[in-house]
Amino acid sequence: MTDAPPLEIHDLTVAYHKKPVLWGIDLVVPRGKLVGIVGPNGAGKSTLIKAAMGLMPISSGWVKVFGEPVKKNLTRIGYVPQRESVDWDFPVSVMDVVLMGRYGHLGLLRRPSKQDRDIARESLDKVKMLPYANRQISNLSGGQQQRVFLARALAQESDLYFMDEPFAGVDAATEAAIVELLHELKARGKTLMIVHHDLPTARSYFDMLLLLNMRVVAFGPTNEVFTHDLLQSTYGGRLTILSEVAEAVREKG
Amino acid sequence: MKRGLQLALLFFGIALPALTGHAARIGDLSETNIAEQALRFFTFQDPAVRYALLGSILLGITCGLLGGFIVVRKMALVGDALSHAVLPGVALGFLWNMSKDPLAIFIGAVLAGLLGAAAVHLIKHTTRLKEDTALGLVLASFFAVGICLVTMIQRLPTGNKSGIDKFLFGQAAAIGAGDVQLMAVVTGLAVLVILLFYKEFLLTSFDAGFARAAGFPVQAIHYTLMLLLAFAIVIALQAVGVVLVSAMLITPAAAAYLLTDRMHRLLALAAIFGLFAGALGAFLSFLRPNLPTGPLMVLAATTIFVLAFLFGPRHGVLARWWRQRSSAARIQRENTLKAVYHVLEAREFKGEGVSLRELAERRRETVKDARQQAGELRRHDFASLQEDGNAIYLTPEGWQRACAIVRNHRLWELYLTNAAHIAADHVHEDAEKIEHVLGEEVVRLIEKRLNYATRDPHGRSIPGLADLRRGASPESPASGPTGYGRSA
Repeated sequence: MTDAPPLEIHDLTVAYHKKPVLWGIDLVVPRGKLVGIVGPNGAGKSTLIKAAMGLMPISSGWVKVFGEPVKKNLTRIGYVPQRESVDWDFPVSVMDVVLMGRYGHLGLLRRPSKQDRDIARESLDKVKMLPYANRQISNLSGGQQQRVFLARALAQESDLYFMDEPFAGVDAATEAAIVELLHELKARGKTLMIVHHDLPTARSYFDMLLLLNMRVVAFGPTNEVFTHDLLQSTYGGRLTILSEVAEAVREKG
Repeated sequence: MKRGLQLALLFFGIALPALTGHAARIGDLSETNIAEQALRFFTFQDPAVRYALLGSILLGITCGLLGGFIVVRKMALVGDALSHAVLPGVALGFLWNMSKDPLAIFIGAVLAGLLGAAAVHLIKHTTRLKEDTALGLVLASFFAVGICLVTMIQRLPTGNKSGIDKFLFGQAAAIGAGDVQLMAVVTGLAVLVILLFYKEFLLTSFDAGFARAAGFPVQAIHYTLMLLLAFAIVIALQAVGVVLVSAMLITPAAAAYLLTDRMHRLLALAAIFGLFAGALGAFLSFLRPNLPTGPLMVLAATTIFVLAFLFGPRHGVLARWWRQRSSAARIQRENTLKAVYHVLEAREFKGEGVSLRELAERRRETVKDARQQAGELRRHDFASLQEDGNAIYLTPEGWQRACAIVRNHRLWELYLTNAAHIAADHVHEDAEKIEHVLGEEVVRLIEKRLNYATRDPHGRSIPGLADLRRGASPESPASGPTGYGRSA
């Protein structure tokens, strides 16, 4: 079981309202890698990680997490959704949110124990947010909110992490803190899949890059994949036919 | 939490047997004075009143609890649509055996509510129409069907005495023993389910995507909540009425949302507010015959909301006004201190006192205004007045504060010119505002960034730490490098 790759995707196709957004994705992610997922807007970056976690219906193909169907290994997955996906005026404290990272391990009916609280507190400490534990979440800056989401993911104590644009709209100090944290997690053997939209930093932040534009353009070590030609075919306009066909499929569906 | 559960069970253990007493008459409260009436009403003496009051309390609790989730999930409109959609079910439940059988009406209403919810779901997912439109459509059409059925029933030979019309605007006096038992069961169920699944409700309300990724059955939890919501609406119908029942869901919870930042407190407060509104509305409706209970309960809840809106300690209008006012007063004081500094600076810090005339000229205002300002400073121990009251001397605290403000102003001007490349004649206005909000930490960062500069863009010297330390009776600002880095 330890030999199975953290994430294996075979011939994955995902459609939104019958319009395909990801075509025939094949991917085997090795253990202990920090992987950046880059590509233009609408390339399906968020869709890919959501489909990998089983959050959206897939049209064809399969996903395995540590050699098992994803539903069987949900507790080994940690997730940082996009920050805008929640209402930050919601009446919960920072600690409440981080404790939610423990809920998956608890399952239905059981309540967080003292040990869960300790784990949550440690996670908050790692992102330097422990002093804010009792604050209501709307009193935080964007960078602080992102750290809270990271702390919640840390509290999940997972082996495979999916993060959706953790660097979006954060201050420089938070960005540096997140990078440091990601490297620390990697050093502990965790595998991290990070949706990222800033090309210049992508080159220095990640070990491996997944260039995505509705299909996998390239996947490999950053220095091999970050080439002019590959980036050109990821971001360039050569995929118009693919998106036109997708539109046609939707209309006929 | 466990204790809460025990308390809840205990409550129903006591409440249910108490209901077996018989209701004699209703509505004879109008003969005595208000205090006596209130005493009689709220001590459950009158068996007739017992059902009305208990029922109103139970529905208040249930609606408050469910309303808490409805409000934070932004589903207020769903509550409104659902409450209108149940009316045809109420009428059909009545037609089932031509009587006001609580169980038949309950089942009919819940089924109609679920049908309405399904219709909304169908419209939303098969057309391009959005949820608000779908809700509006279902609300109106179901309500129309319901009104037609109710009118039909009233035209029937026995319909007149049926009391079916009470379902429109609510009548607590119409609550019977069977109703209260049903309400107690539903309230107990709602409290129990929320206690048991609090964690799940909280997580799915805050972040459904994360909940799904963590393996929680988000859809099932959502439907459980919707079913409880339908139950809450149906048990409230008799007393509150179809038209206003959604207000009993939203208003107590909205008031609670203004008062607390934690979900469990919000739920507790919403339940308490619902309880009060229910009891008060029922009581008021008993004062005169035929007063509809629903509007009175909603008015009671609205009163609670308005009080929370005005007097809430953190988000209330009054608290915000007070904070703004004290902040405005502080800015005013700091501006006076700055003016005193400017006067002293203009005469190269020779002599200590500043006459009120100088101060008034500097601030371009009357001596009377300056006197009032000086009095403000004295009250905050920033200055003392000369015996004749015509000159002002800064205390060490006042001097420090004045230096800090002038320093903030000039540092910010310099920062804008040097680091942000804004023309020197554009920076003053901005600094006038920023000087009052810059914190120590930011000031240090700016100083460092500016290499502990000593002159602002207009060539005036920036007070440094040495000046702040010197306290009162300045002679001239420290020459040479200023700032924290070097003088420390």
